[in-house]
Amino acid sequence: MYSDKVMDHFKNPRNVGEIENADGIGEVGNPVCGDIMKIFLKIDNNVITDAKFKTFGCGAAIASSSMATELVKGKTLEEAWEVSNKAVAEALEGLPPIKMHCSVLAEEGIHKAINDYRVKKGLEPWIEKNPHSHEQDDMTCQH
Amino acid sequence: MGEQRTIYMDHSATTFVKPEVLEVMIPWFTKHFGNPSSIYSIAHESKKAIDAARVQTAKGLGADPDEIYYTSGGSESDNWAIKGVALANRKRGNHIITTQIEHHAVLHTCQFLEKEGFEITYLPVDRYGLVNPADLEKAITDKTILISIMYANNEIGTIEPITELGAIARKHKVYFHTDAVQAIGNIPIDVKSQNIDLLSLSAHKFYGPKGVGALYIRKGVRIENLIHGGGQERRRRAGTENIAGIVGLGQAIEMATMDIPGHNAKIQLMRDRLIKGVLEKIPNARLNGHPEKRLPGNFNVSFEFIEGESMLLWLDDEGICASTGSACTSGSLEPSHVLLATGLPVEISHGSLRLSLGDANTIEDVDFVLDVLPKVVKKLRDMSPLYQKSGKEGGCNVQ
Repeated sequence: MYSDKVMDHFKNPRNVGEIENADGIGEVGNPVCGDIMKIFLKIDNNVITDAKFKTFGCGAAIASSSMATELVKGKTLEEAWEVSNKAVAEALEGLPPIKMHCSVLAEEGIHKAINDYRVKKGLEPWIEKNPHSHEQDDMTCQH
Repeated sequence: MGEQRTIYMDHSATTFVKPEVLEVMIPWFTKHFGNPSSIYSIAHESKKAIDAARVQTAKGLGADPDEIYYTSGGSESDNWAIKGVALANRKRGNHIITTQIEHHAVLHTCQFLEKEGFEITYLPVDRYGLVNPADLEKAITDKTILISIMYANNEIGTIEPITELGAIARKHKVYFHTDAVQAIGNIPIDVKSQNIDLLSLSAHKFYGPKGVGALYIRKGVRIENLIHGGGQERRRRAGTENIAGIVGLGQAIEMATMDIPGHNAKIQLMRDRLIKGVLEKIPNARLNGHPEKRLPGNFNVSFEFIEGESMLLWLDDEGICASTGSACTSGSLEPSHVLLATGLPVEISHGSLRLSLGDANTIEDVDFVLDVLPKVVKKLRDMSPLYQKSGKEGGCNVQ
């Protein structure tokens, strides 16, 4: 069902944990839907120097969190904002269609953590260009 | 890592075929392959074999052999029982009573009939998954033509009060069907004294082959055919007989019903050790289903703060085969309708695990699972944001 890459990131998740005094935190999802992701970012000079996560969810949710945190590390906030759910899914060598919402959740988690940082800094939060909220995707939980 | 062993704890999903069953099946593939409908003498052998299996099957249920009809399995039997009775009796009424916790073979058949103008009552269950006989009696109207209630639930293992429910059906002269797919070999069944009019069974749940089952139809029940065609099964179920499968079913049901108390004692000993061990070793775990009125091999448990699919993946990594009621494996993103019907909160239903024990297991298997499972749960909880919260904020609120 899952690619080798998904299984690798599920069984050996990168960046599990929390960052003390994180500069940006984003929590997305809903326990009723069966997945919650919490993303922690350390930001220096507009660059993400560290990223960690905690996730409640299926294999794809854990692998997506792991991959998303890997992808944004070392990137500027502008670059990290551009990391799409498709990029996460592609880096994982694909996700089953019904699990694509896990990659959406990872993108949303990163965005939320970035905006958390921006708001704390007194900056305007960035607007989602392609808001794929959970409800729009009919494969996802309606709760 | 050394050589990995497989620990099969998913007997409610399917079972292996016992060597004694396979052995009696093989000649019917190769040597005695004659079509029982044919006139020449090698075909007579096939006919005799089917009749002998029919006697074995009937004996396992307390039925007469001519009340047994072979099908392709549990789903076909359920479809036939419900659609067949609905269509043959629609002049008498259009109301069917079932429960919220049936297998999809029953639920989806009922939903199909709703589109065809039938009215269906889905009885609720209590927190243990039990149907209240008083609820059944209240639901019966003068339009009720069929009651279909499963003997034992496939997910949580709860055993329904079938004798009592059958008596109520008989009192009101309503046909009573039970999906006994999980019950055969685990509970002694006597269709006559239990007032069962129709009963579905499937061979692969009791160490027989897949693709073969039966529907018991009490003499005199008005039922339409589901599969139309040739005159097999006394003109009631068309299609060339799956002779080897039928012979296997007969052998399997004979073995499965030979010593039910003895068999159950052995399985239950392992299962109880597993339940006790898991609930002792893992905090924030709760047993789903009834503490006593449950299938001997069934253990269904919910672990808070984690999700079932990720648990199964880790267990599979250790060679342990199990299943979950979490949405994430169902393909539907809705968690188990059975767990929800018992009132389990959705978020906790996601963290459910079913281990169903049977003849493939040993006490060593149980101890291995007791060693592995707490580590898996801990690993997943350590990365769960809900678990971290639970200390200070209560996390997923149970009850």
